[in-house]
Amino acid sequence: MTYLQLESLHRSFGSVKALSGIDIALGEGEFLSLLGPSGCGKTTALRLVAGFDRPDRGRIVVDGKDITGVAPNKRDMGMVFQAYSLFPNMTARQNVEFGLRIRGRDKGARRGRVDELLELVGLGHAGDRYPHQLSGGMQQRVALARALAIEPRVLLLDEPLSALDAKVRVQLREEIRRIQLELGITTLYVTHDQEEALAISDHVAVMYGGVIEQMGTPSEMYTAPKTPFVAEFIGTMNRLEAQVVDGASGEVEHAGIRLRIDAARGRQNGDRVLILIRPEALELHAAGNGANGDANTLSAEVVTQTFLGPVTRLKMTGGLIADMSTARATALPVGANVVAHVPADGVQLLTLTDDLPDIGEGT
Amino acid sequence: MADEGRRVGIATEAASGALRPGILSGRRRLPVAGLATLPFFVYATAFLFVPAFSVMVGAFQDKADHATFSNIRLLFHHPYIDAYWGSIRISLITAALGCVIGLFVAYAAIRDGTPRWIRSTLTTFSGVAANFGGIPLAFAFIATLGPLGVVTTWLRSRGWDITYQTPHFQISSERGIEVAYMYFQLPLMILVIAPAIDGLKREWREAAANLGAKQWQFWRHIGIPVLMPSFLGAFILLFGNAFAAYATAYSLDNGINIIPILIGDYYTGNVLNNPHIAQALAFGMFVVLAVMMVLYIPLQRRAARWAR
Amino acid sequence: MKRPRMSPSAYVWLLLAAVYFILPLYSTLDFSLKENKAGTPCCTLHNYGWVIHNGDFWHTIKISFILALETIVISLALFVPTIYLVHLRFPKLRPVLAFMALVPFVVPPIVMVVGLLKTFKWTPNWYFGTPWGFLATAYVILAFPYMYFSLDAGFRAIDVHTLTEASQNLGARWTTTLFRVILPNIRAAALAASFLTLAIVMGEFTIANLAAFHTFPIFLQYVNESQGFPAGALTLLSFLITWAAMLSLLLVGRKRGARGAIVPATR
Repeated sequence: MTYLQLESLHRSFGSVKALSGIDIALGEGEFLSLLGPSGCGKTTALRLVAGFDRPDRGRIVVDGKDITGVAPNKRDMGMVFQAYSLFPNMTARQNVEFGLRIRGRDKGARRGRVDELLELVGLGHAGDRYPHQLSGGMQQRVALARALAIEPRVLLLDEPLSALDAKVRVQLREEIRRIQLELGITTLYVTHDQEEALAISDHVAVMYGGVIEQMGTPSEMYTAPKTPFVAEFIGTMNRLEAQVVDGASGEVEHAGIRLRIDAARGRQNGDRVLILIRPEALELHAAGNGANGDANTLSAEVVTQTFLGPVTRLKMTGGLIADMSTARATALPVGANVVAHVPADGVQLLTLTDDLPDIGEGT
Repeated sequence: MADEGRRVGIATEAASGALRPGILSGRRRLPVAGLATLPFFVYATAFLFVPAFSVMVGAFQDKADHATFSNIRLLFHHPYIDAYWGSIRISLITAALGCVIGLFVAYAAIRDGTPRWIRSTLTTFSGVAANFGGIPLAFAFIATLGPLGVVTTWLRSRGWDITYQTPHFQISSERGIEVAYMYFQLPLMILVIAPAIDGLKREWREAAANLGAKQWQFWRHIGIPVLMPSFLGAFILLFGNAFAAYATAYSLDNGINIIPILIGDYYTGNVLNNPHIAQALAFGMFVVLAVMMVLYIPLQRRAARWAR
Repeated sequence: MKRPRMSPSAYVWLLLAAVYFILPLYSTLDFSLKENKAGTPCCTLHNYGWVIHNGDFWHTIKISFILALETIVISLALFVPTIYLVHLRFPKLRPVLAFMALVPFVVPPIVMVVGLLKTFKWTPNWYFGTPWGFLATAYVILAFPYMYFSLDAGFRAIDVHTLTEASQNLGARWTTTLFRVILPNIRAAALAASFLTLAIVMGEFTIANLAAFHTFPIFLQYVNESQGFPAGALTLLSFLITWAAMLSLLLVGRKRGARGAIVPATR
């Protein structure tokens, strides 16, 4: 059952359209990430839900009630900001109990709840420290505890980990997810880090230019991107421009070479398409190995090798990128001629449009 | 050092121009660089510390240069004690008014909704006006609220002659001095408190609202406590500023009984003829201001810490 | 963000402040354009003419101006090398300097002049009796806090160590490093400090009055006491000089971001 609903939200700032019709339905206890580059509107959407801004058009509904016109301090939502949101004149404990104080809970009840929450975020011992005495990671834990203290209906997080070190980020995102699952609280999470979004969310909504490009589970977003932007934004993708030659058998032509792609079946001859292949799906062999039984191959030369630990990324001529185990990669050094096998199935195909967003290389 | 060493030394220095590793690495070169700062410290000693010290000493001496507390004891009698109260009164009133009004004006200029140009105009003007004062300022207020002043004349035309009708106002009086002092107290407050108001991060306000707080609750629990060290520090600054002021008061009402005027009287050949009284008065001022400074420093530190 | 309307209470406060600040200036202008009789209608430039043709005016303003220049030169010569060396070699002295910069808050001009007059009573007349001696040295002390905060900010904004080492590495002598490398880089801060000192000296009354020197502010007060309406023209002129100095300071400071504390000196 839908708990949090964003209906057709529109918001413009002067001539800039920050949101052009956002529709989201979150079930109770669900964790949804709004993922996208800066300026895509994700923070705007979050702030509309929190009440710090009013939409030009559209509604926000929580548990069946329209809260679009409700003041932010009456929405009963907990928000964790990117940074600097802890009150500097209060200790961690006082920060966490602030919401409870405002609601008039008595001292004893407050104390118990605060202790409980500080334990939950792993800061039971640091309750009497001031924000300036806490590290960035610890501050965000306090911020989380503070947001949860009032038992909000919805938890909102605005890029809470962006300002932290890489290692702390990974650690803390796991904790956020763990706590969220434990409490079963409906959560809306904004981030520009696609790894983060994929790692901890039930669903991900990729946003660009004020609209949702695609929404789905992390796995769906990764394996079956529906737009070129999503394909590029999530992970790295090989993009091959091709033209359908025989729609019946699924044959396409890319740079003069015929390839058979299952997903091309049923398309019109002459359609211009984009073949999307994940780097790990591209099989490489040294040229002249005679292993081209399937003949769904492209020839290339290795240009660079990037050591990434257990995996090595090879970049080749023709813009091809392939990931393979480091052990095998030693057989294909820079300058080697290789043969890349394109799997016929499991490869995504998109209609080619002229407005391909340029995001540069994926992470 | 051997001749050999000296020749090599000279050659090295000549060859490398000013490459003097000594300066940068050097314990050995310490005295030379240190000497370059000496003129400054000598100057400060000669023209600041020695004179200040001699005032303190002179406060405790009588005409025959014997040590005595009689000067200090005299300070607690009329008219000196009245002069201290006068100075303190004016300083407290202008500091308090300056702080409160300055806070509201600064906040009005900075808060959301006010066009940006108002804030920069106010800050620029304050930067200039804080350094105003003295003779020109006194005249400006005489021209405004004096017997023939622009405002006085206008009020007179409306039937209210403030020079003799109640409510009564005279620019050459303690009240008049206070009104004039506000002209540099307000800008000073604005300059000091504006950065502190800027330091009130928007995230705090939003987080407070998110947690259910109304506007006044935000101010009560977060806004005012965070501003308090800066506010108190500014109060002390304004107090000291008014306390030590001389020129404006002199030009508006040089018969007024405040300490700086009294000190000045000795030198401008008026009432006092005992230099040690003047020094005792100066010493008394120094004590009051030193106490203010001692209170100010920890407040500054606290304010800076929360601004991080 | 759709800009919310200006709060009505903000409007009120700002309006009151504007009236309070502008009224005295307007009144000064008004007085300056009236002849030396009460009740005369506007407007005449008689007072301005009086000022321009007044010998004492030119005499005292020249004295004050030269005094200001002298103060600036001595201050820079004294403070720049010191602050430079403290930044470069003696960082432990920084708190000492910062403390010294607060001393004038505790020893204001009215107290300082008492001490100065007592201590230097016995010095020869070429020092004690001329503004270029006694007053200038006093004004250097007066200017110190403002000079310090401005120059210190300027030095903090540049990487003193790297610049010095690079310069020496290329073979420069100390003097070359100071004049050709360091000074140009703190130029904004030094200029800002100089303009502030100019404003301070041109308006300093306390020390000059008690030590009986005839500077411009002394002349101003004399005209205040004796003349009345012409004082308006003179006051306005004095305002303009201070403002010109302060605005130059702000312009210069804004360009390089080296701004010092702006705290009152003339009261």
